[in-house]
Amino acid sequence: MDCEQCRSQLDAYLDGELPAEQMSALHAHLRTCSACAADALSRVQLKRTIKTAGSRFAPSPEFREKIEKKIGARRPRKWGFGWAVAGALAVVLLVGALVSYLETRNLRQQHAYSELADLHVGTLASANPVDVVSSDRHTVKPWFQGKIPFTFNLPELQNTDFTLLGGRVTYLGQTPGAHLIYQIRKHQISVFLFPEDLVSWRAGSGSAKERAFNLETWSQAGMRYVVFGDASPEDLRNLSSLLKAAAQS
Amino acid sequence: MSAAFPQPGTFEELAMPLFGQIYNFAHWLAQDRDEAEDLVQETYLKAFKAFGSFQPGTNFRAWIYRILRNTFLNTRSGKKLAKTISLDDEESGAVAAATTDAQTPESILIDRNHQDLVTSALEELPLHFREVLLLCEVEEMSYQEIADTIAVPVGTVMSRLSRARAALRANLQQKLPRT
Repeated sequence: MDCEQCRSQLDAYLDGELPAEQMSALHAHLRTCSACAADALSRVQLKRTIKTAGSRFAPSPEFREKIEKKIGARRPRKWGFGWAVAGALAVVLLVGALVSYLETRNLRQQHAYSELADLHVGTLASANPVDVVSSDRHTVKPWFQGKIPFTFNLPELQNTDFTLLGGRVTYLGQTPGAHLIYQIRKHQISVFLFPEDLVSWRAGSGSAKERAFNLETWSQAGMRYVVFGDASPEDLRNLSSLLKAAAQS
Repeated sequence: MSAAFPQPGTFEELAMPLFGQIYNFAHWLAQDRDEAEDLVQETYLKAFKAFGSFQPGTNFRAWIYRILRNTFLNTRSGKKLAKTISLDDEESGAVAAATTDAQTPESILIDRNHQDLVTSALEELPLHFREVLLLCEVEEMSYQEIADTIAVPVGTVMSRLSRARAALRANLQQKLPRT
């Protein structure tokens, strides 16, 4: 390697960019050529001085903080986190509202069930449980006309174990309704009929147990039916089926 | 490329460690503190917004320096400086060799006492020389990184560096007290 070659490669060498295979020849030349070695030294010193001189500007801590805040406050991860928090909050609120709604509804329903239970028990304990005493549905149904703001059909009970004892007008939440009393074996069953728009009865259909009583409820033809008594759930279901069939006829 | 630049995820983690260097480079480009701050702020906000388009595993430093440089070239002073750049025959290797030969490097011995001289010589360098020299000596970027940053081929980086050094040495020679 001659001096011209050496000098053309020196910068790349000092910049760490000279391919390894060319380095040994360069090293060999620098060991023997004092002029090129001095050149290399001056270039190294210049590099160092440029690095020092070129690093003279530093940002103020305030400026750094300002930029950190700008990108920190708008960091995608934080956005994501914020949305997640907002989302979680919304879910919590929604669930809270739903739970509170359901609780309120349940409370109202519980309240309604309790009231019906009281009506059922109170009526059976009374000396005159029914206002119209009849086992004939053709007597009972007309009796209610003019007393309650709706009409209904009652089932034919031949070939069943059920007996209609009679009926009376009752009130639930200041809404008049029909209270029919059926009997099966030794058990008496209350059948309540109310207009469907009674707030307390926004539930669908179902069976439930209220204290020691069983209960069947459903909605049909704008009416809310509640079948209530200490008879077995099966008896209640059978009576319910009869009532449903009658309401459709 | 991905093995060469293993990088952690967030923009802040990648960008903030470079803050001091980026500010320094911006100051060298703009040559004014307020302008440098505006430049850095714009660069960080632009890079932050565009971070989604940054491909993980590629060179983040070259990416954000490129944004800084392009931002500067779009400022008023950047446009003015860019106009004065004449690239003429710089791609020719002969030019680099000739300028190197024309100097007598052994005649200038620069040490720490000459820092002010070097600073003013750097300031007087044309923009395209100043930036490659700073990226190479201060940022210690490889030729490839410099090429990625200023969007030119590696060969151009080498010849431009060579010319920049020659120009700096020539300038320093004039400044140095005659011995």
